[in-house]
Amino acid sequence: MVYRRNGLNPVIQLRDEMDRLVGDFFAPLAGGPASRSSISAQGYPALNVWEEADVIHVEAEVPELKSEDLDISVVGNEVAIRGKRSAGVPEGAAYHRQERGVGEFNRLLRLPVELDPNRVEASLKDGILLIKLPKAESAKPKKIKVEPGK
Amino acid sequence: MSTVNVHQKAHGQTEEARAERTRGGQAYRPHVDILESKDELILVADMPGVKHDNIDINFEEHVLTIQGRVEPRYGEGVNFLLYEYGVGDFYRTFRLSEEIDSTKIHAEHANGVLTVYLPKSEKTKPRKIAVTASA
Repeated sequence: MVYRRNGLNPVIQLRDEMDRLVGDFFAPLAGGPASRSSISAQGYPALNVWEEADVIHVEAEVPELKSEDLDISVVGNEVAIRGKRSAGVPEGAAYHRQERGVGEFNRLLRLPVELDPNRVEASLKDGILLIKLPKAESAKPKKIKVEPGK
Repeated sequence: MSTVNVHQKAHGQTEEARAERTRGGQAYRPHVDILESKDELILVADMPGVKHDNIDINFEEHVLTIQGRVEPRYGEGVNFLLYEYGVGDFYRTFRLSEEIDSTKIHAEHANGVLTVYLPKSEKTKPRKIAVTASA
């Protein structure tokens, strides 16, 4: 029951210093051991990002959100994930404990390669958002043919 | 929104349930909200990535256990650029001091969120006593 984190790929500097939260709604509650993730440390939602030759995958855990609650935009090498999670308190009920964050979020991720915004695909299932970002033609690896010397 | 079955396992079966969660890999504590209304306690847990059939809820001797099994999503040799959260099963237990009518516990699951409704037993519900005016 620990929060696990691998380091960044040391070769590729992934900058996402522009992460910011609207308000401070996702601050974790004080106390309590072995919390699942420290939302405030990296911004919300937490992301797992992996790379293949032609595509970059971005995955986020966004429980409760429906596709209409999310706004994803891609410009150049940047992906913005915006959204809002609201607390649906049943009438006449009061909180004993509230660990699930609510509020608006806006996460900007800068990737090391240019993306093709026209072919981006996103899916949402069981609270997992998966964004498939094809690399721009110019960013794809190319095989360079070496001519034999004469 | 789909309904989840709530098991009330007999005593002897709990050890088996405990062994089950050690099935390799990590177990994570889901974030929860706990609400109370006049008639029931409501537990809301974030369990992203858990499929409907992989949820297990137990209530025994005032202890509620929620478990969600998460199927591995990444293959071998994945080239991560960023790895901010681990993927593994969810597991958490709660001791309830309120008297709960265990036969009426029910649960729902939608969009990676599990909601468990725990109705209070009749004897602990606040009751309005009608006072009849004496003649």
